[in-house]
Amino acid sequence: MSQADEDDAAFPKGYDWKLLWRLLGYLRPHLRAVSASLVLIVAMAAIDLVPPWLTKVAIDQHIARGDARGLTRVAGLFLLALAFSFLVRYFQTYVMQMTGQRIMRDMRNQIFGHLQRLHIGFFDRNPVGRLMTRVTTDVDAVNDLFTSGVVTVFGDLFALVGILGVMIALDWRLALVTSSVIPLFFAVTNWFRKGARQSFRETRKWVARINAFLQENLSGMAVVQLFRREELNRAEFARINRAHADANMKAIFYYAVFYPAIEFLAALAAALILVYGGGQVLLGGLTLGVLVAFLQYSERFWRPISDLSEKFNVLQAAMASSERIFKLLDTEPRITSPAHPRQPAAVEGQVAFEGVSFSYAAGDGGGEEQWILRDIDFVVEPGRSLALVGATGAGKTSIISLLLRFYDPQRGRVSLDGVDVREWDTQELRSSLALVLQDVHIFSGTIASNIRLGSDIPHSRVRAAAEAVHAHRFIESLPLGYDGEVKERGATLSVGQKQLLSFARALAHDPRVLILDEATSSVDTETEVLIQDALKTLLRGRTAIVIAHRLSTVQRVDQILVLHKGRIRERGTHQELLARRGIYWRLYQLQYKDQELRHRGAAEATA
Amino acid sequence: MTLPHLRRLLPRLRPHRRRVVLGLICLLATTAFSVASPWVLRHAIDDLTLEVTRQKLWLYAGALLALVIGEGFFRYGMRMVLIGVSREVEYELRNEIFHHLTLLSPRYYQQNRIGEIMSRASNDMAAVRMVLGPGIMYTANTVATFAGAVTLMLLISAPLTLLALVGLVLVSVLVRHYGRQVHDGYEQVQAQLAELNALVQENLSGTRVVRAYAQERHEQARFAAANDEYMSRNRRLVRISGILYSSLQLLMGLGALTVLWLGGRMVVGGSITLGQFVAFGVYLAMLNWPMIALGWVVNLLERGEASAGRIFAILDSPVEIRDLSPLPVREIRGEVVFRGLSFAYDGREVLSGIDLEVPAGSTVAIVGPTGSGKSTLVSLLPRLFDAAPGTLFVDGHDIRTIPLEVLRGAVGFVPQESFLFSATVRENVAFGVGGEGASRAEQAADVAQLAKDIQDFPQGYDTAVGERGITLSGGQKQRAALARALAVDPRILVLDDALSAVDTETEEHILNGLEEVMRTRTTFLVSHRVSTVKAADLIVVLREGRIVERGTHDELVAAGGFYAELHRRQLLEEEMEKDEDAA
Repeated sequence: MSQADEDDAAFPKGYDWKLLWRLLGYLRPHLRAVSASLVLIVAMAAIDLVPPWLTKVAIDQHIARGDARGLTRVAGLFLLALAFSFLVRYFQTYVMQMTGQRIMRDMRNQIFGHLQRLHIGFFDRNPVGRLMTRVTTDVDAVNDLFTSGVVTVFGDLFALVGILGVMIALDWRLALVTSSVIPLFFAVTNWFRKGARQSFRETRKWVARINAFLQENLSGMAVVQLFRREELNRAEFARINRAHADANMKAIFYYAVFYPAIEFLAALAAALILVYGGGQVLLGGLTLGVLVAFLQYSERFWRPISDLSEKFNVLQAAMASSERIFKLLDTEPRITSPAHPRQPAAVEGQVAFEGVSFSYAAGDGGGEEQWILRDIDFVVEPGRSLALVGATGAGKTSIISLLLRFYDPQRGRVSLDGVDVREWDTQELRSSLALVLQDVHIFSGTIASNIRLGSDIPHSRVRAAAEAVHAHRFIESLPLGYDGEVKERGATLSVGQKQLLSFARALAHDPRVLILDEATSSVDTETEVLIQDALKTLLRGRTAIVIAHRLSTVQRVDQILVLHKGRIRERGTHQELLARRGIYWRLYQLQYKDQELRHRGAAEATA
Repeated sequence: MTLPHLRRLLPRLRPHRRRVVLGLICLLATTAFSVASPWVLRHAIDDLTLEVTRQKLWLYAGALLALVIGEGFFRYGMRMVLIGVSREVEYELRNEIFHHLTLLSPRYYQQNRIGEIMSRASNDMAAVRMVLGPGIMYTANTVATFAGAVTLMLLISAPLTLLALVGLVLVSVLVRHYGRQVHDGYEQVQAQLAELNALVQENLSGTRVVRAYAQERHEQARFAAANDEYMSRNRRLVRISGILYSSLQLLMGLGALTVLWLGGRMVVGGSITLGQFVAFGVYLAMLNWPMIALGWVVNLLERGEASAGRIFAILDSPVEIRDLSPLPVREIRGEVVFRGLSFAYDGREVLSGIDLEVPAGSTVAIVGPTGSGKSTLVSLLPRLFDAAPGTLFVDGHDIRTIPLEVLRGAVGFVPQESFLFSATVRENVAFGVGGEGASRAEQAADVAQLAKDIQDFPQGYDTAVGERGITLSGGQKQRAALARALAVDPRILVLDDALSAVDTETEEHILNGLEEVMRTRTTFLVSHRVSTVKAADLIVVLREGRIVERGTHDELVAAGGFYAELHRRQLLEEEMEKDEDAA
């Protein structure tokens, strides 16, 4: 239903010249194609005026005088006009459509590029589905503005003026009589446009209701059945369905009246031509050829008129879409690289948090701040490792997000090699860090391209990295090895394989600092052993910050931070913290003890 | 084209056959009137060449208007009736689909995505309706117009007719040929659009990885490449459709040229009159649109056939859970017996060898790790899934012999995910009892500890929930779902981990309130929390589909198994909570 609301809300605003002006800006790079299109469409409208005129010539000068040879000449001209019309029509369509396509491409690239620059916080609030609509559906709607909008409106206007002009040239009095019908055409078309739009809106509303009802009932069908609501809900559905059908009948009514009404007006024009023009013919003031030509011209009145009013709706829809697109493009990225970044020549890998406090809600200044992190202080020296432990919501993920500068903290300072991350060039900063997330994100492409991503890494290094983290073996077992396509975003790979792949990705990028959110999901013992060993390789010689879920990992790191509700509650090594019998000790009892038991069991079994 | 699926739709037109016939009569009348007009024009022009009176011109003009009024009248009728019938069939078919969907079991909804089903009920339905409405109308219109116009053209001049029609035949060949290419080109464009969509989705859902590896530029390049490909596929489509439409115009123009040139010569030669010449041109123009429509209808049929197939796939899905030969059971006491019950799902055994006797009025708790089969076990009680015959008994009857209506009326089920509808709080709580159960609903809300929250809602019980109303917290939702189950006054109450989002204190209040209710009802409690289950008459521990421990709280704690470990951990957690509060 929210979709319908969005549509409706967009309509009554109507035109906004600023918006239109900005949209026209997209034409600028294609000015030549646009002007060509305009010239062609005028040419087409002009050529379309020729056949009735030739009919007039044929009747008056040749048929009426029994001149068969002259008729052939006219037929030749007619053929020429047809050939011209064919060419002009084709090129006009082509040039116009392709210009539209180019503009859409530019616009999509622009939107996509802008999305790459926007801060992460933006994506927390805007669902992916909605953003996708901006890139595709809304851009398509804007395209209508160019292809069937601006250019065609011009063509329609010209056609109308052209027809009137030729008629006046042929006989201004008959032209006056004939064009007396034009206001009626406008009136009927206007009535139709308004009525049809109203009823369309009504049908769209009911379509949205049907969809919402279905969505809800299908998702909750078990509840419907458990509470024996089938009969009642069927009745409710039938009611909505009925309203939808009735609304549609109203829309059909407008069409059913519109077409006959237009035909009646065309006949009325013909009747007027017959009575007035016929009378003139009888008096000798008009030739039969002119009469027939008028009959043919009058048939063509209504097309540009009804086209014009149809365009009105298209324009409005395009306006609504462009408004949404511009709103997105006008959203400023909150996190940008400084104009004059400062960073060391070679990265050592010292990470420090000094009195860092952070809240997702803040930043706008207003509202109650819900601190996710409070007064976080720690230093990880180059090559050393740190584990973050704590319950869900303790703030572990936020710490790594701040280091990567996905967000900026409200208070305190996050630094890499002593330089505030806000002073780094963000690309450089992030290139010095490598992130391995629990939920491995697989891109469409090959295995190799998933390790390499877009970076310039030779195949030998890709392979070496895969070998080092034990991913090589399973990759080789795939049909096409490194060049095999990853299907359906890695659906064919096991959880463990995806883990190893993401390790290979991190290792191939050879970062000074590794940021790892360890996976909680359990894998089979064999893979677990591989993962453990790969982790050892990965951590060697680097600064590492790990959100740890595995006992073996916390035992291995140089320092453990125990976070609780955004504060550091304990810090030390595994042994130190166990000895203290505090929060860590309890966490150990809850989370890690099982692993130890299992581990011991496995060791005993193999012994 | 045999169109087996569309053929199955024909019986659905039968109840409307009178209107279809009426619509077709209107269509014939429309055609008759419309082909008559040029005939009048012909005589008018001929008379003009022979010098007539003005009165006669008025007569012709009047006749022209009268004919178009008649035509308009029937055209209006034709559209209203024929398109109206298609809307009516759509209405009925959509109801039928929904009806069938309400009969299908949860298994169906696990195997079919809801988006997919919805697309069938909307997009495919539209394609089918297009066949039944415009499809039939335009086909009949083409045939009738063609028959009428060509007959009158033949009356004017047979040779000229044949020559002029050569172009028209080419039109339909062209539409057929290029129409297919346009169709294919369109499919390719759509495929690339899907690709583009997938790329954007992939990028946006992986924003963090993209940023972390500084891949923004690379991603932009990837997108630009796919974007270019999309454009070049569109270019091909634009080319083909450009050629198609320009050629169509050309062929129609050639028909007109034939009439002008050869027809003109015939007028000069005296074999036809000027009026006939003009009328002939009008008839020829009349045929243009139906010929284009023909190609369009063929497309419509192809699409409609595929869509009808998808719609019937829903209607043909077997109803798995229904009454077979029900016993005349009216009421249920609530005694439940599992006897050697095993249950497989997609060939994977989820429950095996379950033996469990639950006397009417007693409370049994089920605990165990995630995936051990707890939810599956309780979902057999209201027959969301069917147990094998002879393995599950309620009041001594095999569960499948109890009328479904009676069984489900006696089971109050609170599912793991508390699904509420976008309706008022009252409607949600009284979901199973209808309008007259209002007082019971309020009582139930009381027991579920929801009443206090409702007081704080802007419109109390009449506050809307969901998208159009307020958003409930997880705990509130669960309590509403509990109230909904209690409102039906069930004999068997099932709580499938239904209080997980409720804080421990509120849970205690709820359990205290429920004590009264549970004393007289058979209750199944699925939970992860020891605090929830410890008072149960019997606690069973499920592991990998088997019952591995059973007994009372004290017995199980003493036994030192899974339950005892769970108990120990929870004590620790509680201790930690207390620590934090102190800190």
